[in-house]
Amino acid sequence: MRLDNLSAIAKSERIPRMISRIFADMPEVEADRAVIVTQSYRSTESQPIIARRAEAFYSICENLPITIRPEELIAGSASIAPRGCQVFPEYSYEWLERELDDLETRSADPFFISEEAKKRLREVFPYWKGKTNSDLAFSLMAPEARAGISHNIFTPGNYFYNGIGHFCVKYDEVLAIGFSGIRSKAEKELDALAFYDPHYACRSAFLKAVIRSCDAAVVYARRYCELARRMSQEESDPQRRAELARIAENCSRVPEFPAESFWEACQAFWFTQLLLQLESSGHSISPGRFDIYMNPYYEADKKNGAVSLEFAQELLDCLWVKLNDLNKVRDKDSAEGFSGYSLFQNLIVGGQDEEGRDSTNDLSYMCLEASKHVLLPAPSLSIRVWNGSPRSLLLKAAETTRTGIGLPAYYNDEAIIPSLMNRGLSLEDARTYCIIGCVEPHKAGKTDGWHDAAFFNMCRPLELVFSSGADNGEQIGPLTKPVEKMSSFKEFWDAYADQMGHAVNLMVSAVNSIDQAHMIRCPLPFQSALIDDCISKGKSLQEGGAAYSFTGPQGFGIANVADSMMAVRQLVFEQKKYTLADFKEAMAENYGRGVGEGKVSELAIRISKELEGTGVEVGEAEVRVICQVLKERFSKSERWNGLLKDIEAAPKYGNDIPEVDELARKAANLYSKEVQKRRNPRGGVFQAGLYPVSANVPLGAQTGATPDGRLAGTPVADGVGPAQGRDLKGPTSACNSVARLDHIIASNGTLFNQKFHPSAMSTQEGLEKFVALVRGFFDQKGMHLQFNVVSAETLKDAQSHPENYKGLVVRVAGYSALFSTLSKSLQDDIISRTTHGLPL
Amino acid sequence: MNESDLSLKGRIFDIQRFSIHDGAGIRTIVFLKGCALRCRWCCNPESQSNSIQHMDFDGETKTVGRDVTAAEVMEEVIRDEPYYRRSGGGLTLSGGEALLQPDFSGALLRISKECGLTTAMESTGFGSFESVRDKILPWLDEFLMDIKHMDSAKHLEHTGQPNGRLLENARKIAGAGQNLLIRVPVIPGFNDTQEEIAAISSFAKSLPGVKKMRLLPFHQYGAGKYARLGMEYRMAGAAAPEASKMEELRKTAAGAGLDVQIGG
Repeated sequence: MRLDNLSAIAKSERIPRMISRIFADMPEVEADRAVIVTQSYRSTESQPIIARRAEAFYSICENLPITIRPEELIAGSASIAPRGCQVFPEYSYEWLERELDDLETRSADPFFISEEAKKRLREVFPYWKGKTNSDLAFSLMAPEARAGISHNIFTPGNYFYNGIGHFCVKYDEVLAIGFSGIRSKAEKELDALAFYDPHYACRSAFLKAVIRSCDAAVVYARRYCELARRMSQEESDPQRRAELARIAENCSRVPEFPAESFWEACQAFWFTQLLLQLESSGHSISPGRFDIYMNPYYEADKKNGAVSLEFAQELLDCLWVKLNDLNKVRDKDSAEGFSGYSLFQNLIVGGQDEEGRDSTNDLSYMCLEASKHVLLPAPSLSIRVWNGSPRSLLLKAAETTRTGIGLPAYYNDEAIIPSLMNRGLSLEDARTYCIIGCVEPHKAGKTDGWHDAAFFNMCRPLELVFSSGADNGEQIGPLTKPVEKMSSFKEFWDAYADQMGHAVNLMVSAVNSIDQAHMIRCPLPFQSALIDDCISKGKSLQEGGAAYSFTGPQGFGIANVADSMMAVRQLVFEQKKYTLADFKEAMAENYGRGVGEGKVSELAIRISKELEGTGVEVGEAEVRVICQVLKERFSKSERWNGLLKDIEAAPKYGNDIPEVDELARKAANLYSKEVQKRRNPRGGVFQAGLYPVSANVPLGAQTGATPDGRLAGTPVADGVGPAQGRDLKGPTSACNSVARLDHIIASNGTLFNQKFHPSAMSTQEGLEKFVALVRGFFDQKGMHLQFNVVSAETLKDAQSHPENYKGLVVRVAGYSALFSTLSKSLQDDIISRTTHGLPL
Repeated sequence: MNESDLSLKGRIFDIQRFSIHDGAGIRTIVFLKGCALRCRWCCNPESQSNSIQHMDFDGETKTVGRDVTAAEVMEEVIRDEPYYRRSGGGLTLSGGEALLQPDFSGALLRISKECGLTTAMESTGFGSFESVRDKILPWLDEFLMDIKHMDSAKHLEHTGQPNGRLLENARKIAGAGQNLLIRVPVIPGFNDTQEEIAAISSFAKSLPGVKKMRLLPFHQYGAGKYARLGMEYRMAGAAAPEASKMEELRKTAAGAGLDVQIGG
């Protein structure tokens, strides 16, 4: 137990200034990378793809405009404009070409782009026609799989348009031996490679590409060295002049050579992090266990007096700001799903070492402090919790949580370590896991995880049960027994399992085609240089070079499926109050709550087509009549109020009711066990995740009404949590329900969101109880927990839409209560308190 | 576990889990129905009558009160055992007045102790001391006792009961070595003067072993319930005491040599 908990370290004055500078303007799209890559590709057409990728990367490092921003202590920016981003036409470009003129005015994640940049991009785009990764992925894809996408069963959009990302490299190796050392490793392999080796051609090309990429990183750093030196000579302020001189010196040494100080280690880390994001457009490139691999450099400097605690903290804070300086432009629809300009750079503290000892160190605390200092979304800060975690670290984490930034997320070693071992990781590798992106467990430096491979909507197979596998008149699933003829709940469940199995097949097929496309068109030598066993195997990550290769598609909507199954079992098969035909009709009519114009015209077209198919002529007048009839049919009615009320009264997941929680577990396992049977083209297996990022909203919009009373087009349940507003018994009940799922089988991660009011955590005692809640959930083998400590704005929204916030806990006066249960005036009172600022 | 404890029946009106502002750790509060007092400011008027009642929620009727066995209550309470274990939490009995159902309350406390939970009770001390001593205290970790006023006539006027027996019980309970915390609801026009609070705190200080006192500011949060129950509310429009006033009263109370906090 530590007695000094590094409770508060002063924040340097430069930090707020750096933050306001990078957030001053709308982020900007820059054309330079796209132009450089295009020029490079034009000049390397006769070479193997791995060499072309290395040349393109080298050219970026040599030519991409560079800048050092005011006051920063760590140099390296991907764009001249703060929070700017580059373009990656080799992955896909058509969407950007189409949306160029709307980027600045769109609602989600707008970007400024100059006319000059637009012009330069329009000049290079034609080169890429038919040559992109997404072009190839599409042409490789089975027609059935394409149909699965167009019917919104799942969406693999992430990697269809972009790089994969979602990895954590050997930052420790960069710090320890530098790119010169990594280069030597590749050279050694190349020397040892016999020209008569059956894979000589591919291996030698790959190793040469690795060497070229290592050189590229060194070239890039040298340019910063020169720039910093020049700026230092021109600088009038003596303090800044010295800082710039030190930056120049750092950049002359790292990342080429081993880091010899904490400052150099920070700089080497940053170049690595930055360059990985210039090589490909993948996101969720995660720093991982930063406190572990940076600590030796901090400890050494601390011991010899080279760095003070305050200055080390200032360097960390600067790095935290830099992590927010990176950006990515996505297509309009994806931007809605990922809004907030997020890159999901997950950085985790705490946990265990290879031998199972607690690995918390000073930097673990300082990382939490850095997030408290900057109060920004990046890095996605996480903390590993296990039975041996120090109390002081968890309290420090709780203090960070109550700032309301939703960080850190809490991860349970006691669930994650066995889940990774179940996938074949060694005990040592499992114990030293980190988290990628949102919630994905991962062994850094050894894994190509392909986490986030696709979003799989678990409600869609359920809809297909009611149509025997047809969607919009097209048979896309197996022809299961019509629900009208089902006589037992088992038959209903089995039909769901059949639809699920087929839908998973469609998804796996689509994802594997995309995987193959990346292997062929976008192998990544720089990234592969930093992940085992690419160099020793002589092949890139994308070709299966990693020690562990996985594909992790994530299912969501568990709560809706569980509540649906419960309602059907109880109302149809136990109470026999309704038939499945009633449910089918009620769902088609959206429970009498009306359907949109779009749905009416969609149905009218279908009916017209069906009529024409039977030989009936359908003219304009007929279509008008059909529309009229449909409108009447789907207009609002009271007809299903009784059913809705009975559904509402059925037990709901999230209230600590074992029978419905068991259905949730069964549904989640159905998905997980289907997924884990499949293999990917990199020689690895699929592993299921259970989380939606924020796709439950846009994908919910494409989902019809479900038997749990959820209306068409409304969001599907978020993560493994209860459906919105259906958990009525507070956080411990919800935690107990969620803990009844088998988290350990979902080794690609599970996500459980909880909402808290800051008042519940305002005192030291409140923090202790918060930690106890996390611990209590984790004792039951829950995997992940994160908290939204909500603001006044949220509370106001909760007031107008109480149905969405039934689980929100607030501190009242000497007691806590669910917000939705309070009177209007009391709610007003609490809202006004928040506005005045709570005692944080 | 004793079978006869598990099958004992009692009347409750609510079970509130994840209570984090009422004692040690994460707690579950069981609210027992029925009270001997009729405090004008009571924020749980549905707790007062010991009969099952109905509340009207815009045309929908909600039944308040149900008869349950101790086993049924504990089955719900024990669900949060992982959180009690991590926080030192457990069961809190509240009301109404838990001492009006001494056997049932005693059974709940006994089972809780056997399950390894900590126990607390919020009470006005209304009951025979012998019953409290024999049926409650052996299984109670913390007694949170309300003391509302030192003047019995005023107490009678505002709560419907004189305070003689309550104060006597407070002294006897403290004398029995019970961990006792005194809570004072600060009610405008009833006990919110320096003199009245000082009188309570010096009494509290005189109780053997008592070190802590809490001042709970009056609030209007129960106001809406009266109409739903068809009851008259006599505190309508009364203002909650200002934070500055609460702080003055806190200082006054602390002057008696107690650890005094506002709230919780």
